[in-house]
Amino acid sequence: MLGLNKKDTLLFWIVAGMALLAPFLLNPFPEGSSLAQMFNAGYPDLMQRFVIFGILVIGFNILFGLTGYLSFGHAAFLGIGSYSAVWMFKLVGMNVIPAILLAMIVSGIFALLIGYVSLRRSGIYFSILTLAIAQMCYNMAYSVLGNPASNFNLTNGETGLQLSLDDARVLGESVTADGALPVTNFFGLAMRSSYQMDVGGWLFTFNVGYYLSAIIMLISFYVSIRIFRSPFGMMLRAVKSNQQRMNYTGLNTRPYILAAFVISGIYAGLAGGLLSSMDPLAGAERMHWTASGEIVIMAILGGVGTLIGPVLGAGFNEYFKNILSKINDQVLHDWLAFMPDGIENAMVGFLHYFVGKGWHLTLGIMFMLVIIFLPGGLVEGGQRIANKFGRKKNSDETKQTPAE
Amino acid sequence: MGILEVKNVGKRFGGLQALSNVELSVKENTCHAIIGPNGAGKSTLLNCFVGKLMPDTGSVMFDGQSVLGRTPYEINQMGISRVFQTPEIFGDLNVLENMMIPIFAKRDGAFRMHAFENMLDEREVVEKAEHMLEEMGMADARNDHAASMSRGNKRRLEIAMCLSQEPRLLLLDEPTAGMARADTNNTIDLLKQIKEERDITIAIIEHDMHVVFSLADRITVLAQGTPLVEDDPENIKGHPKVREAYLGETQAV
Repeated sequence: MLGLNKKDTLLFWIVAGMALLAPFLLNPFPEGSSLAQMFNAGYPDLMQRFVIFGILVIGFNILFGLTGYLSFGHAAFLGIGSYSAVWMFKLVGMNVIPAILLAMIVSGIFALLIGYVSLRRSGIYFSILTLAIAQMCYNMAYSVLGNPASNFNLTNGETGLQLSLDDARVLGESVTADGALPVTNFFGLAMRSSYQMDVGGWLFTFNVGYYLSAIIMLISFYVSIRIFRSPFGMMLRAVKSNQQRMNYTGLNTRPYILAAFVISGIYAGLAGGLLSSMDPLAGAERMHWTASGEIVIMAILGGVGTLIGPVLGAGFNEYFKNILSKINDQVLHDWLAFMPDGIENAMVGFLHYFVGKGWHLTLGIMFMLVIIFLPGGLVEGGQRIANKFGRKKNSDETKQTPAE
Repeated sequence: MGILEVKNVGKRFGGLQALSNVELSVKENTCHAIIGPNGAGKSTLLNCFVGKLMPDTGSVMFDGQSVLGRTPYEINQMGISRVFQTPEIFGDLNVLENMMIPIFAKRDGAFRMHAFENMLDEREVVEKAEHMLEEMGMADARNDHAASMSRGNKRRLEIAMCLSQEPRLLLLDEPTAGMARADTNNTIDLLKQIKEERDITIAIIEHDMHVVFSLADRITVLAQGTPLVEDDPENIKGHPKVREAYLGETQAV
């Protein structure tokens, strides 16, 4: 289909199925049950984050997975995309498409400049350069470019860039008829509008913003498969494998790496633009180095250099971040109620550090376990399981052969 | 006029004069060996041909054009391919992909943004790569992981990659270094076959006299950064100066 081989087409349809049926798949427990409260993830806000961070990591994987260049400042492009989109909402109108396009263009330009400078070095020095530049962007957005008192207030500093009633919005309205801020929309379809379906005890929510993001994620995923399978993708893998051989084979490696850097920067800008489209508010914390680190973690969790890894990594990270932070002491007490009181209290006291505000700890441990036992990420885990079943099948076949 | 003309090349590293007054002329369609004891400056000289090092003095002309000041990829695009002392291949890619990259480089130049072209449509390149593998007797290995091959096969693949670009000059930097005897003999046979079947000029740096005398049409002996003699193999064998500087230690050959 569309220039993909059979295996990739299947992979694409699996991801498409998961994305389009997510409101069902992520709501396995009936509404109102205690399990639903804890483990259901089928609400718009979280589903949007799944696919948007999916886009971000898919793009990051084109750079890191194929060329091996570890950018430690990718969140800068996410932030730049977010700010660009909000400016589009403030100045032009509330349609998300122009905002997303601007986000991609601006972050692409920044990626070209930052990449041109950073790619003078490779390895750890490249990572440090990208980290330093991203932190500069963060600090500028946080302070210099965001002073509300100055005439040149690009980012609105600490508060973050948000819509206001006196924005121009030349192609839209500054204020709605009832005096409120207009909402982001896709040619009239409001991002926040949802259709809810009641089936038995279950409640499924279909959100416009989610489906727009999911479709854009699928397009991004398709583009990334095409890049992986193109001669260009092969050149990028060759860069990772042996740059010396490339140079002596008549290939100039730098434009290849720069192109990969710009493409992944555009992906990040697209993700930023989508984040702002779902909620038109952009803050500097999106560019912080911890956000960049999270991108790296998501990519490694899923499986670097694999097609589906980024999607899995982003989903895994966002899902566990969400449920772990929802668990509080009260929930723990409920779960451990079967234990004798003393032990229960001790257990809760212990587990307290791993949930709620302590979610970082659990996620960190999970990350360590994956790195140590599954260096290829969740994809490697899946492959090992598949191999186990595959081997069983093979051994059955070999058993049959002598009988013939 | 040779295809590669080296005039008065000198190179100094701090206090060490690595090369001085190197004159060399490699005739088209011959195999020219550069030999010399350790530290004679053989590799330094080769690095001056491919853009890795910039000599302090002199000129290096390939087919009438200077190669000095050009980058390795530009020099490759001019028609010079290089085989390294330790085989440099794309270890993470499979053998067929390894073969395709130089063919793409030859066809598309130093950079092309073919991100949306489909590998399935590149029949021509795939066929050319497969043909080359067949010629080198590696067709069965096409889907093997390149890093997992033996040293001898890596060398064979590297030479195949260079040949697929149809270079006018092939530079070999100690192609049999660190190889088992059987692999060395296979490599010699392969190079002999290449020499006979193709219109190609070969410049080879080598330590192993067996390899040199089985292949070379012309030999330059380098000692302490200067060419001692340049002559045909028969004359080199018996040359007193050469014996003194170099062969004296390896009488057995």
